[in-house]
Amino acid sequence: MAKKWNMVVDIARCDNCRNCFLATKDEHIGNEFPGYSAPQPESGHSWVDVKRHERGQWPVVAAHFMPVMCNHCDDAPCMKAASNGAIKKRADGIVIIDPKKSKGQKDIVDACPYGAIFWNEEEQVPQAWFFDAHLLDEGWKKTRIEQACPTDVFRSLKVEDAEMRRISEEEGLQTLKPELGLKPRVHYKNMHLITHCFVAGSVVEHVDGVEECAANAEVVLSRNGNEVARAKTDLFGDFRIDQLEKNSGPYQLAVSSESSGSAATAFDLGEDSLHLGTIALGEEA
Amino acid sequence: MRFSIILFGMVQALRLVARLYPKFRDRLKERNLIAQFKLQDNSEGRWVQIENGKVRSRKGIHEKPDFSVIFKNKAIAEEFLTPPFDQLVRIDAAKNFKLLVEGSDELAVWFMTTLNEMQRVRWKGGTPVGNGVVRYTNGTNGGPVFVYVKDGKILRITPVEFDDEDAPSWTIKARGKEFTPPRHTTLAAHGLCQKSMVYSKNRILHPMKRVDFDPNGERNIQNRGKSEFVRISWDEALDIVVSEIKRSKAHGPGAVLVTHGSHHQWGNLGHYLSAFNRFWNLIGCSKLHNNPDSWEGWYWGAMHHWGNSLRLGTPEFYGTVEDCLKDAELMVFWSSDPDASYGYEGTIRREWAKELGIPMVHIDPFLNHTAAHLGGKWISPKPGTDSALAQALCYVWITEDLYDKEFIEKRTTGFGEWKAYILGETDGTPKTPEWQEAETRVPAREARALARQWGRKKTYLGAGGWGCGLGGAGRGPMGVQWARMMTILGAMQGFGRAGVNFGNLQFGAPLDFSFYFPGYAEGSMSGELAYSANAANNYQRMPHVVTMNSSRQNIPKIRLPEAIMEGRAAGYLTDVSSVRGQFLRYGYPAPGHAKIQMMYKYGSPNFGTMVDSNRWVKMYQSENLPFVVNQSIWWEGETPFADVILPACTVFERWDIGEYYNVGAGYVHHMFSMVNHRVVSLQHKCIEPLGESKSDYDIFLAVAERLGLGAMYSEGGNTELDWCKRVFDSSDLAKHTTWKKFLKKGYFVVPADPENARAPTASRWYYEGRKKDTPEPYPLPADYVGEFGEGLQTTSGKFEFLPETLSQIDDPARPPLNHYQKSYENAEADPDLADFPLQLLTPHTRYPFHIMGDDEGCTLQDIREHRVRVNGHAYLVARVNRKDAEARGVKDDDLIRLWNHRGSVVCAAQLTDRLRSGVVSACTGSAQYRPAGEPGNSTDLGGCVNMLNPKKTITEQASGMAPNTSLIQFEKWTGVDTWQRSEAA
Ligand code: SF4
Ligand code: SF4
Repeated sequence: MAKKWNMVVDIARCDNCRNCFLATKDEHIGNEFPGYSAPQPESGHSWVDVKRHERGQWPVVAAHFMPVMCNHCDDAPCMKAASNGAIKKRADGIVIIDPKKSKGQKDIVDACPYGAIFWNEEEQVPQAWFFDAHLLDEGWKKTRIEQACPTDVFRSLKVEDAEMRRISEEEGLQTLKPELGLKPRVHYKNMHLITHCFVAGSVVEHVDGVEECAANAEVVLSRNGNEVARAKTDLFGDFRIDQLEKNSGPYQLAVSSESSGSAATAFDLGEDSLHLGTIALGEEA
Repeated sequence: MRFSIILFGMVQALRLVARLYPKFRDRLKERNLIAQFKLQDNSEGRWVQIENGKVRSRKGIHEKPDFSVIFKNKAIAEEFLTPPFDQLVRIDAAKNFKLLVEGSDELAVWFMTTLNEMQRVRWKGGTPVGNGVVRYTNGTNGGPVFVYVKDGKILRITPVEFDDEDAPSWTIKARGKEFTPPRHTTLAAHGLCQKSMVYSKNRILHPMKRVDFDPNGERNIQNRGKSEFVRISWDEALDIVVSEIKRSKAHGPGAVLVTHGSHHQWGNLGHYLSAFNRFWNLIGCSKLHNNPDSWEGWYWGAMHHWGNSLRLGTPEFYGTVEDCLKDAELMVFWSSDPDASYGYEGTIRREWAKELGIPMVHIDPFLNHTAAHLGGKWISPKPGTDSALAQALCYVWITEDLYDKEFIEKRTTGFGEWKAYILGETDGTPKTPEWQEAETRVPAREARALARQWGRKKTYLGAGGWGCGLGGAGRGPMGVQWARMMTILGAMQGFGRAGVNFGNLQFGAPLDFSFYFPGYAEGSMSGELAYSANAANNYQRMPHVVTMNSSRQNIPKIRLPEAIMEGRAAGYLTDVSSVRGQFLRYGYPAPGHAKIQMMYKYGSPNFGTMVDSNRWVKMYQSENLPFVVNQSIWWEGETPFADVILPACTVFERWDIGEYYNVGAGYVHHMFSMVNHRVVSLQHKCIEPLGESKSDYDIFLAVAERLGLGAMYSEGGNTELDWCKRVFDSSDLAKHTTWKKFLKKGYFVVPADPENARAPTASRWYYEGRKKDTPEPYPLPADYVGEFGEGLQTTSGKFEFLPETLSQIDDPARPPLNHYQKSYENAEADPDLADFPLQLLTPHTRYPFHIMGDDEGCTLQDIREHRVRVNGHAYLVARVNRKDAEARGVKDDDLIRLWNHRGSVVCAAQLTDRLRSGVVSACTGSAQYRPAGEPGNSTDLGGCVNMLNPKKTITEQASGMAPNTSLIQFEKWTGVDTWQRSEAA
C-alpha cells in the first residue's frame, strides 16, 4: 500500500496565534505556482482558517480554537462536481484543484461540504489549501503551517492508510462530519472541546459562619439514577466535568464533603456548557 | 607604505575592480569628479578624475578639484591609508584635524563610498536554495526570519530553522523530566505578515507635497489631514525640507522638533536610537522626551520599594525559568498575558509547567490569551481594583501567619506600619477579603482560598505581561498602586527563595549573558553618549565619532499637543540611572530656546497609541506649527497631517544587523532572555527599495549632504553594509564565525552556557543575604549604601514597605504607605460620568506590534480577532460582554460606537463571556484614522480607541499615561455622526 499524507490537528494545543493562517497567506498571496495554484487574492480567503469557540458562562469560560482547511477527502464531492478533471487526487492522497482546468468553475465552491474552497474573483478559479504539495514535491520535510505553528498543533504524517487507522484509534482522533463518509485526511485530536459540553460549579461551605471554598468535596454526576462521572473540587471549591453530550437533557449532581455535609442539584444540559454557580454544602436543593 | 605608492595603488585598484565587476563599473558612471589627495603643505599629492566611468590620475596638485582630502603630514596619511584599516586611527584623524575634507561634501561622500565599495562588491550574501531562489535572513519585531527571494521579489518569509552546525539547545531537568526548546525560532503574527507589509498598497512610493502647501506663500495649515497630496521629486522634497530646517534654525536652538514612535523596524542601524539620533545631533533639535510607556506603575511606583531603576523598577529575572520549573508549586498570573505581543518563545515553557502539573491562577478582567490557552482558575476583578484584592491577601497572610517573617525582619523596613494599615489599626478598616469583595467583586472566599494556597505553596508571581513587569494593570490610573502591591506581595513571601519569585516563564531562559552583541538601545552608530547606552560597551567596541545635540530643549511626549497649542508643557524626567532622577521637572520652552517651528515626524503614527488622541489631531492644525514633514514607510492615519512626505523603505530593502529581542542595555537589559536561543541575524538587503523609497539612513544622508554634513554623518562614506560589518567586528560574533560565513548564512546561534555555569537565580543573593551575583551592572556603584554589591538600591539598602524616597515628595497618589485608592474615573463620585457606565480596557494588541502591521493590504487585516470587514472597511474589534451587548441589541460583528466626552470610535463587536459585565476591551492596535466628519471633532471609523483615554497623568508628579478603566458607553452605530468633543474632557 502506498504511503499517503494525513494531517493531525490537536485542538487543545491551539493558541489562536494565527500563524498557520498567516503562513498560508504569505505563501500564496502574490505567488503563482504553475500546476498547483494561481495567486491567492490579497484579502478574504482563509484556506487555513481558525474557528473561535467559547464554552461556558462568565466566570467559568473556556476558549478553544480549531484550525480548519481542506480535508483532502478520499471520497471528495468537489472532484465529482468538477468537470474536465479539474480536481485530481494524487497518489499521495493530496487533492489539488488545477488552476487552469478549473477556470470558471464556480460551482465547485459549493460542492465542498466543509466550506474549504474559496472563489478567486480575479483569477476566476476555485482555491483551497493543497497541503503545500508544491513544497513537499521540492523536498520540504513539513508544511508551512507546521513550521509556523509555535505550539505544535499540526503533525503531518505520510503513512499507509492502515497505519493511520491505527494511530487514529490509539489517539482517539476524529474527522469533521464523519456522517458524510467522505474519508477526510485531516484528523482532529481533542475534538470534544468543540463538540461536547462541560458542567462546572463552585462548591462552598460555611465554617464558623464564614463562607469558604469547599476543597476536596466529592462531586457525583448522574443521569436517570446512573452515575455518569465523578470529580473532586480543587482548592477554590471548583469542579468541572467535561465530555458531556450536547442537549443530553436532565442530570442530577450530588456534592458531599466529610466536614460540611452535602448538597444536590439538577439541571438540563443544552447546546452550551453550563456553569452552575455556587453550590452550598449543608443545604439540599 | 609610502604615500605616493598608496595613492598610485588606489587608482590601480579602482581600475582593476571596475574591470572585474560590472556593478562597480556602473557605479563609476554615476558621477564625474576630480578628487585631490594631498599633504597639507602641498608637497605631495595625487588627483583622480572620474569621467563617464573612466579613471584618470596624475601625481601632483590639481588646480580645480571638486574636493580635496588633506592630510596633515605624511606619517598620518600613511597610517590612515594602509590596510588593514583601523577604525580608531580613522576617527582619531577626523576628530583631531589630522585629516580635512574640503569642497563638495556630496562628491566626497560618493567617492569615499566608492572606495569602500571596492571591498563590498566582492561580498556575497544569502544562500542559494535552488530554482533561482536565494534564502536571506532578516529581523522583525516579531522575531528573526528567513526570506526567500526570487527574481528580485520576496517569495516567502518563515521562522529560522536551525541546522546541525548551530549551537545545541539547553536542557532543564525538573522533577524527573527534561525540557529542551525546539530547534527553531517562533514568530509573532506581526513578523509573519511582513511580506504583505512590504507589498502593502499603503506603501508610500514617492515624495509628496500637500497640494495647498506653498512654503513661500500660503501654507494652509488648517487643511492638514484634509487636502490631497501630489507627487514631487526627491530634489524638490529635500530642498523644501532643508530650507525649512534653515528657516527654523534661524529662530534659535530647538526650533526643529523631531518625533518618532516608541518602536521602529528591527535592527541596530535603522533604529531611531541609531542613524536618526546621529543625524539629529548633527542638526540640533528639540526631542520628545519618552516616558516609560508600558512600565508606568513599575517606574513611577514599584521602583521606590526596591530600586532596580535601570530595569524601570521591575524585578530581576535571571534563572527563573529553571527555578520555576524545578520548585514552584503555584503560578499566579496577575494582569499577565505573555502570549499577547512578544511571540511564542515562552509559550512552550508554560506548557512544560502545565505538563508538570503546576496549578495556575489568572487574575485579569479579561480571560486573556495566555489564560485561555493554559487553563486554570480565572479571577476577574473589576478593572482598577486589583490592589484591594492584593491587600486582602496580605490580610489573610498576616492573620493566618502565612508569610516569610524571617525575610521581613532581616531584609525589609516598615512592615510594622504596613501591618497596622492592613489590619485596620490605622484607618479603622481591616483589609479583609469581605472588604475587598465590595471593591473588586471577587468573592471573599476566593480571595481567602487564593491567599492560603499562595501562603502555603512556593509561588511564582507573574506580574504584568512579562511576568516581571510590563503593561497590564500597571498602566491604568491605579497602575502605580498595583505595581507597588506586586512588590509588596513578593516581599511578604520572600522573593528569591527557591520556587518563590517573579515571573511567568516568559523571561529568564538559561542563556549566555556574557556574549557581547549590542542591542539597539546601545546606540549603534549614533555617537550619542547621553541618551542611549552607547557609552557602556558600544562606544569602545565600535569606535565612532561622538555626536551631541546642542539644544537642551525637550518636550514630554504625552504633552506634545499642549506644548504646540498652548505653548507650554512640563513633565518629569525619565532618568533610569537613579531612583530619584524621576523627581526632576523640566519644561517647554526651555530657557533661551526657540519655540517649535517645524516637526520632523519619523516612523509610526501616534493617533492609535497616544491617549486622548483628538488632541494630536488638533495640534496638526495649529498655526503654531508652520511646517511638518513626515518620513514614513506606509500611508497611515497620521501621514496626511503633514506638508511634505518622504518615503522610507522597509528593513527588507536595506542592510541592517540585529539580535532576536536584544534591545540592549538601557532599555531592557538582557531582554533576549525571553527567547530560547540567542540568534544574531544579518538583516540582508533582500530586495531593492520599492518605488522611489529610500532607507532612513540614506534619506538622512541626502539631507545631511545638503547641509555639508554628509561626510560627518556617514563617517567618511560608510554605507549601511559597512556599518553592519563594523557592528559585526565590534561584537563577540567575530570570535565565533567569519564575516564571509555570516554574510552567506545570515545568522548565528549563540551557544548557551553549560549547565554548571548558568546565571544565578534572580534575587537569591538578596534572599540569602549575599552580595549581588546576577549578571547585570545595576544599580550603579554609587547607589549602594554600604559596600559595593550589598543590598538594594533604596535609602536603607533594604526592601522598604514605606519607601523613604516617596516621603521626599508630596504626590497625592503616591504616598509612602500604599493605601488603597479608587480609580479617579468613578461614575459614583462624578455625576458628569453617569452616562458612561462601562469601563474600557485598552491592552496591547496581539496581532500588530502596537500599530505596526495594521495597514491595508496587510494579512493581519483578515484576522477576525483584530479587524472585521463590514461594507469593505476593516473595523477594529471591540470585545464586549455578551449580556452588555444583548442589553443594547448588539450582535456579533455589528458595528458599535464607543464614546465618552473625549472621543468616539466605531468598532466591530465581538461578543464574549471572557469579560465581566460592565467591561469593554479594545486593543490599541490601530494605525488608521478615519474621521467621519471634521478631524479631531468627530467619530473615528479607524479604531483609535486611545481617543477615549484621558490625558491626565498617572499621578500628579509622574509623566506616565493612564489608559485602561476609562468610562465609556457603547451603542449600535447608526452611521450618522452627531458626536462633538467636549473640551471639559
Ligand atoms: S474538504 Fe472539500 S475541497 Fe477538500 S477534498 Fe473534501 S470536498 Fe474537496
Ligand atoms: S499556528 Fe498553531 S497555535 Fe497558531 S493558530 Fe494555527 S494552529 Fe493555532
